[in-house]
Amino acid sequence: MTTPLLAVQNLAVTFDTAEGTVHAVKGIDFTVERGRTLGIVGESGSGKSVTSLAVMGLHRGATVTGSAQLDGTELIGAPDDHLRTLRGRKMAMVFQDALTALHPYFTVGDQIAEAYRSHFGGTRKAAHARAVDVLGDVGIPEPARRAREHPHQFSGGMRQRAMIALALSCEPDLIIADEPTTALDVTVQAQVLDLLTRLQRERGLGLVLITHDLGVIARAADDVLVMYGGSAVEQADAEALFTTPRHPYTRGLLDSLPRLDAAPDTALRAIPGTPPSLLAPPAGCAFHPRCPAYAATSDTRCTGERPPLRTVAGGHRSACIHDEVTA
Amino acid sequence: MIGYLLRRLAAMAATLLVVCALTFAVFYLFPADPAVQFCGKDCSTERIELVRQQLGLADPLIVQFWHYVTGIFAGQTLGTGQYAVQCGFPCFGYSFQSAQPVWDLMMDRLPTSISLALGAAALWLLLGVGTGVVSALRRGTRLDRTLMVGTIGVAALPVYFTAMILLYLVVTVAGLLPYPRYIAFTEHPGQWISNLILPWITLALLNAAIYARMTRNSVIETMAEPYVRTARAKGLRERRVVGKHGLRPALTPVVTMLGMDLGGLLAGALITESLFSLPGIGKLFADSLNKSDQPVVMGVTLLASFFIVSSNLVVDLLYAWIDPRARLA
Amino acid sequence: MTTDTAVLSVRDLGMTFPGPRGVLRRAPGVRAVDGVSFDVRPGETLGLVGESGCGKSTTGRMLVRLLDPTAGQVSFRGQDITRAPQRQLRPLRSKFQMIFQDPFASLNPRKTVQQIIAAPLRAQGASPSTIREEVRDLIRLVGLAPEHLERYPHQFSGGQAQRIGIARALATRPELVVADEPVSALDVSIQAQIVGLMERLQAELGVAYVFIAHDLAVVKHLSHRVAVMYLGRIVELGDRADVYERPAHPYTKALLSAVPLPDPAAERARERIVLLGDPPSPASPPPGCTFHPRCPKAQAVCRTEAPVLAPDTPTRQVACHFPEA
Repeated sequence: MTTPLLAVQNLAVTFDTAEGTVHAVKGIDFTVERGRTLGIVGESGSGKSVTSLAVMGLHRGATVTGSAQLDGTELIGAPDDHLRTLRGRKMAMVFQDALTALHPYFTVGDQIAEAYRSHFGGTRKAAHARAVDVLGDVGIPEPARRAREHPHQFSGGMRQRAMIALALSCEPDLIIADEPTTALDVTVQAQVLDLLTRLQRERGLGLVLITHDLGVIARAADDVLVMYGGSAVEQADAEALFTTPRHPYTRGLLDSLPRLDAAPDTALRAIPGTPPSLLAPPAGCAFHPRCPAYAATSDTRCTGERPPLRTVAGGHRSACIHDEVTA
Repeated sequence: MIGYLLRRLAAMAATLLVVCALTFAVFYLFPADPAVQFCGKDCSTERIELVRQQLGLADPLIVQFWHYVTGIFAGQTLGTGQYAVQCGFPCFGYSFQSAQPVWDLMMDRLPTSISLALGAAALWLLLGVGTGVVSALRRGTRLDRTLMVGTIGVAALPVYFTAMILLYLVVTVAGLLPYPRYIAFTEHPGQWISNLILPWITLALLNAAIYARMTRNSVIETMAEPYVRTARAKGLRERRVVGKHGLRPALTPVVTMLGMDLGGLLAGALITESLFSLPGIGKLFADSLNKSDQPVVMGVTLLASFFIVSSNLVVDLLYAWIDPRARLA
Repeated sequence: MTTDTAVLSVRDLGMTFPGPRGVLRRAPGVRAVDGVSFDVRPGETLGLVGESGCGKSTTGRMLVRLLDPTAGQVSFRGQDITRAPQRQLRPLRSKFQMIFQDPFASLNPRKTVQQIIAAPLRAQGASPSTIREEVRDLIRLVGLAPEHLERYPHQFSGGQAQRIGIARALATRPELVVADEPVSALDVSIQAQIVGLMERLQAELGVAYVFIAHDLAVVKHLSHRVAVMYLGRIVELGDRADVYERPAHPYTKALLSAVPLPDPAAERARERIVLLGDPPSPASPPPGCTFHPRCPKAQAVCRTEAPVLAPDTPTRQVACHFPEA
């Protein structure tokens, strides 16, 4: 058995705030193989973005425990000097809003060249040529000219392509994309998503795709991790997750989604209540206050311990004690 | 860019012309009669009338204003006959009290003001920006809290109090430095510094406190920007992340404020100059006001507005140079 | 479509924002909305979809006179309100209301929920006891409890704040509510709650909606009829089934095919039309049909002549030289 590209085990992230300790991520496990896409889906406060920042070592002021191994190298607790050599080089990030994620003062070409030089050295000229190359790779017309422009001179779609070019510039093995298409228009979103999946396939990259959009997950992900209130509540391959969702939250999410492919006048079944507060999360299963299974049974196990992920079918894991009841 | 510059320069000229007209109106309509001053205490009514004629003070206001404005560019001869005075380009009027053109008086004082302003600015930038950056990067630590409490304390000190304490301790008690007087840099650089160091500190302390707090806020805000996170995600060294990606945008508002403050300071640091008896533009203004030497008061007002308006322009150009998004204008 | 049965009818509505001032004269203006016409029937939902910069929000603001149109006409119940002075508009104001995207930005943070919901009633001159009664009814109607009335907006979640915005909009029993992206700032699980609430309120109160959104699935779910906008113009307008099941405009078709479906098998099987480039800026629209640079079916005529919105079936209009059969 070969080592997976990224193996995350029992990863937990806590923040100390003035109002108390926030457990943003409460011990999650997942692996990402080369050439595969893991989709992490969840709503605001689910801990999906915090997870990616923790893996990259970009969390500021947070306490991270557990393990995250990139190609066998432990990332959690590694000195920043060492992490720095991996960031951008072995693992790279694509952020949501390229307008704020790219630096307004420097040209797009300079920003890419800077990343390249910081890992490979070489002349400015060579780095700039490399920047023009990757801008061409991501489908930016006239890359030599556009490399000399600033981010605000790009359209939204082109800016996100430039962000992807920046991530690709040092040929990383792993790309973490945090809501890469959310800020974009529908037609542009489709282009960028196609670009990301094509590059991932062609280069055999491991891709972590973080999003709140189940449609994006269905289009691009091989495996899916559903997060709620800082925990993984369900983990499966994409096919299984959409056809036989096991956890009440995943089902609720799918039922509450207005769908283009639904028959007209299909009623939406909304999940009642609101996502949990991070400062005062509910005891036991974070979803129980909104869960139909708990509402029906008032099972004390839901309010006791946080239910762990359990295998419910081959490669399909769910964190619900009612699973044998609802399955 | 050229069009923008031309537009700005035209606007600047217009502003100065309006300031000129306003000060002209204020000073020539209200206070003491320049003819009386010129003539002296025991002056007969006829003599005053004669002086007024010869100085052109009897002309309509608009004609006088015209002479004043053209005089700035072409120089002019004030008065006729025995009272005629030559006031060469650039003529900002003539002080009959000190028997000198206003321009010469101002140019005498300007080096002092420039020395004071630049030295103090360098000092408060070093202190203020340094403190602010350190405080922001060590946010929440004891060092940060100590520095920020310190800045509140310093900001609360009135300038005259600082000046008096410094003079008393350093000059009177310790005898480390002579009582400050202005010595030109060209004359003796060492003494230029040793004489100005106390006024610099006085002027710099208050501003350093303000700049420290502003820099701290700006750096904290910038370091939380997504583009700083991107710089880290690229794998850059923290020094480069902070120095290049964080500090440049963080210091942009500081540059803006510095430009404004320098413009104001070149126009005279009235209190500091007075406290240390330094012959700067501010002192000239105060003295002239006391003596009702209107031409000088007016000249200094114009010079001050010139410094302020032009520092505004310089700041805007600098801004466009630093931040490409501002270049669209 | 006859004007006399419509709650709201819009004819040739246009909005040109003035361009930036240059050295000597102003740059040409930006045509955010151009020649938009539609009717809203009592109790129905008209969906207004399109990408950013297509003019859908500007249109929404003109419908309730938050913006004054530079061209065309808006009639409410047959009465022209386009240029009516605000004083004359006041008695009508209570009959058309607006809901905004950011519920917090549109609620005064210094007022209690009671005061916020009561404001439009007070403006109508209702008595204090009636107001108190009405407000209690309204807060229950939108699924909150009377004890919420003494709280301030910041004490609520986004979904709850949006409910308060809806209660305020419904306070005066309007016949029409213009909702501008009312669910796009909310989490997925909360969106369905608000959509469900809006549906229930329409069934109970018979209010008509103009529902503005970029999310095609939400619009499909809520709307009876749908208008698709591109660069300030309506390119397709018709019954939901026509627009979604048999789109006639190539843009509508591309838009629908671009939305990812939450179904991996369907996604793999699906044929997608991926449009090239970004939507152009309304400041410099292409000549002819504004969609032609991105259109897979564009011909020479599309580059020179702008197609007009014309009936294609009895229940649909389309603005295209070569509509889908």
